[in-house]
Amino acid sequence: MLVASHLECVRGERSLFRNLAFRLDEGELLYLQGRNGSGKTSLLRMLCGLLPPAAGEIRWKGETIGRLGEDYRRELCFLGHLNAIKEELTPLENLRASAKLADTPLDEDLALEALETLGLAGRADLACRYLSQGQKRRVALARLVHERKSLWLLDEPFVALDTAAVELVAGLIGAHLQRGGLAVLTTHQPVNIPAGTVRQLVLGSC
Amino acid sequence: MLNAVFSLIARDLRLGMRRQADIASVLFFFIIVVSLFPLGIGPEPDQLRRLAPGILWVAALLATMLSLPRLFADDHRDGTLEQLALSPQPLGLIVLGKVAAHWLVSGLPLTLLAPVLGLQFDLSSEALQALTLSLLIGTPALSGIGAIGAALTLGVRGGGVLLSLLILPLYIPVLIFGAGAVEATVTGVGAQAHLSLLGALTLAGVFFAPWPTAAALRIALE
Repeated sequence: MLVASHLECVRGERSLFRNLAFRLDEGELLYLQGRNGSGKTSLLRMLCGLLPPAAGEIRWKGETIGRLGEDYRRELCFLGHLNAIKEELTPLENLRASAKLADTPLDEDLALEALETLGLAGRADLACRYLSQGQKRRVALARLVHERKSLWLLDEPFVALDTAAVELVAGLIGAHLQRGGLAVLTTHQPVNIPAGTVRQLVLGSC
Repeated sequence: MLNAVFSLIARDLRLGMRRQADIASVLFFFIIVVSLFPLGIGPEPDQLRRLAPGILWVAALLATMLSLPRLFADDHRDGTLEQLALSPQPLGLIVLGKVAAHWLVSGLPLTLLAPVLGLQFDLSSEALQALTLSLLIGTPALSGIGAIGAALTLGVRGGGVLLSLLILPLYIPVLIFGAGAVEATVTGVGAQAHLSLLGALTLAGVFFAPWPTAAALRIALE
């Protein structure tokens, strides 16, 4: 359960939002919306603990995330708008390295299967710099196939993806919610995610 | 917990192997700077022998400086640094892994090259041994202390120059004891004391530097 209360975000001199509050339970999806510059990415970075809020607090299962530290990060999967993949490494190496770092090692078969799911079957051993923008995004998203962390924070996951891949990723998010996971998502694309409860939060209106 | 750090080191080494130009440029810089001195000073063996420890150590410092800006910059640019900061490992430990990988691709090759370059200065075999040993013990401190500067100047325009201004003064003790160890061997005093102090500096550098580095990285990521 993720609860945010009285959150305020200040970037530079400007206050992007203040007094923001929401609550997210197991199996629920929070859909962040708002125009460019309304603070969606800042809110996501606050939720994962990279950006300390100017005011307010974020609680995970009743405890502030600052106090939980590593225990919180162990349950967290963050996908920023940067792909965090290395151009010199192959998709397989990238996927396995990021899985190990997150303390959820993947053996080669599972990793290959994840890449195959995202349509990168023939590309597993090709250095990522030869891949297109959309394919690189797919490599980053391949993490989600076997990801079993309870909170997913996804910043514009559908950027550069084709319609088939968008549907696939929406399905992955849906399956995650079905397992009782939580997800926070920003996107500008109208995407139909098969989720039970979808909460909407529109930034920039307060 | 350590598994993740070892896999990070392995990943960085693999990246290093695929970007050999980065490693090669540091090593060639070291070779060229050291080789320019005998040409500039002239072929007097006595003078060369006396200057050798300082020249080799200063060149090693500068070569290390050259590789430092990239320590976190690539990870910062492609978003890997965010993932490192969000991994369930303490960030200090991850920094330690980055420092170890940096040493393996810069400090260690410099150390292995140094005795060959030392021959240009007519150093005796004992002095060459002392030089190699002092670099082996001292270069990890250069990577460790340098990581603080690399993290503090992350994302700053013209960060390379700022990095040198921040870090070179902190390298002074390492330089004094490192070059001093070779000097002491040449004059027959024995390098034991210098090497012990150098070892202490390295231990302090490698084990304390990751924490301020981690703090600086968190600030850079905000």
